[in-house]
Amino acid sequence: MTAETPDGGVDRRGFLKDLLGACGAAAPVLWFGAVSVPELAAQDGSEPYDPTEHLYGMGIDVAKCIGCARCVVACKTENDVPEEEHFFNTWIERYVIREDGEVEVDSPNGGIDGFRPIRDDGEIRRTFFVPKLCNHCEAAPCVQVCPVGATFTTPDGVVLVDEEYCIGCRYCIQACPYGARYMHPEKHVAGKCTFCYHRLVEGKVPACVEVCPTQARIFGEVEKRATPLARFMRFNDVQVLKAHLNTRPKVYYANLDGEVR
Amino acid sequence: MRVPQQVPRLAAVFAVAIVGLIVARVLLVPATFGDIGHYRAAAIDSIAAREMQYAGHQECSMCHRPIADRRATSNHRTVACEVCHGPAAEHAAAPLDVKPDAPRDRGFCPLCHSYDPSRPTGFPQIDTVTHNARVPCIGCHDPHAPEPPIPPTSCGACHGQIASQKLVSHHAGLDCTTCHEAPEQHRLTPRQVRPTKPVDRSFCGTCHAVGIPDVPQIDLRDHGQPYVCWQCHYPHRPEAR
Repeated sequence: MTAETPDGGVDRRGFLKDLLGACGAAAPVLWFGAVSVPELAAQDGSEPYDPTEHLYGMGIDVAKCIGCARCVVACKTENDVPEEEHFFNTWIERYVIREDGEVEVDSPNGGIDGFRPIRDDGEIRRTFFVPKLCNHCEAAPCVQVCPVGATFTTPDGVVLVDEEYCIGCRYCIQACPYGARYMHPEKHVAGKCTFCYHRLVEGKVPACVEVCPTQARIFGEVEKRATPLARFMRFNDVQVLKAHLNTRPKVYYANLDGEVR
Repeated sequence: MRVPQQVPRLAAVFAVAIVGLIVARVLLVPATFGDIGHYRAAAIDSIAAREMQYAGHQECSMCHRPIADRRATSNHRTVACEVCHGPAAEHAAAPLDVKPDAPRDRGFCPLCHSYDPSRPTGFPQIDTVTHNARVPCIGCHDPHAPEPPIPPTSCGACHGQIASQKLVSHHAGLDCTTCHEAPEQHRLTPRQVRPTKPVDRSFCGTCHAVGIPDVPQIDLRDHGQPYVCWQCHYPHRPEAR
């Protein structure tokens, strides 16, 4: 197809035509790739999962969260979290900031049953939803305080609990500055978000990311450039929660209000 | 030189202590503890072996290609199948034996689309009380390719107040033409060509006196004689007092 020059090379016009064609063919892929449902680089099963090849993190765009709590429901289903209130791997908080600067935060049943209408006293300055979960800190206080080594950080950066080895002393629940842990009422061990580790090893994104209808949650590799999370972090000003504690979280928030704790 | 008596005894005590420590360590420290870090390496495998409940949209689109393709270019392109249909890993494993949910009532869509001031501006939201009450969402919107609302082009374009009254009433499911015959010419010259109105009690009786289940039933012979129905009941909102 490309016109060749007498010496066998490719002339400039032919090269540019081919380049334009290739870009045109790739454009729809790029466009829908940017807005379609999330995917993780699939494990093809030919070689075993190598945790040292990965380092996972999550991005959360607060401006996209609609507070539908589908993530909370999906998380409870996927990870067999008790259905009662107070047991959450992830939950939705509603922030209401009044004109006088007063901040109200609520999360009735994690947001699963919806939110009651905002109380009608005082003008509202801002209001928004914030999804919360374990921040999978690089310097996790919960890992540090566990007296038996039952909570740990995997080589791919996920903080997990060894349910067979946990003695249920609740020290990690006290230590977590984000309130992301709870005592499992039946297993009597600490419960927390696992980033759906059993899904990651199969090349699937966590359940909350899978079901987020507005893509407020982005999942991917922290250190690789060509992943949705890296793109999220390039295109947004990202912050982490309670940065002053130097826990170095791997859950990154975009469009985060200064009032969010 | 004689070894003092204390030395072999102390050596024996130390030996017992060291052996005891080694035995205790072998017995108490779990098998894979310390292989990677200060934890049981086998715990990772047992956590990784948990069962998945959500199959992921890629699995769905293997069989449901046409629907997946329609959704992939629609306003719901970011909404994965299992957001509405629920966890479907079992269905993916045994497609004929386990069927996932398909919410069809008005309770489901408002989880995302009911008006809430905390939701981001621009996200499509409705007031569930006034927005076509009693009509199931999927009657007007295709959940796999929803479209923004279309302004009314038929009766409601002119008779907006009646239309919005009817929408929140028990008669919401009825077309205007169920009770009114509206000639095409009425749309062009509304005052010259009028639609018809029911004239007698027997018209309402065609639904309300023939034993249709879930429709209030009366006996036309003794109910409210000698008045016509609409002297007591407003037809566009019959439950109003």
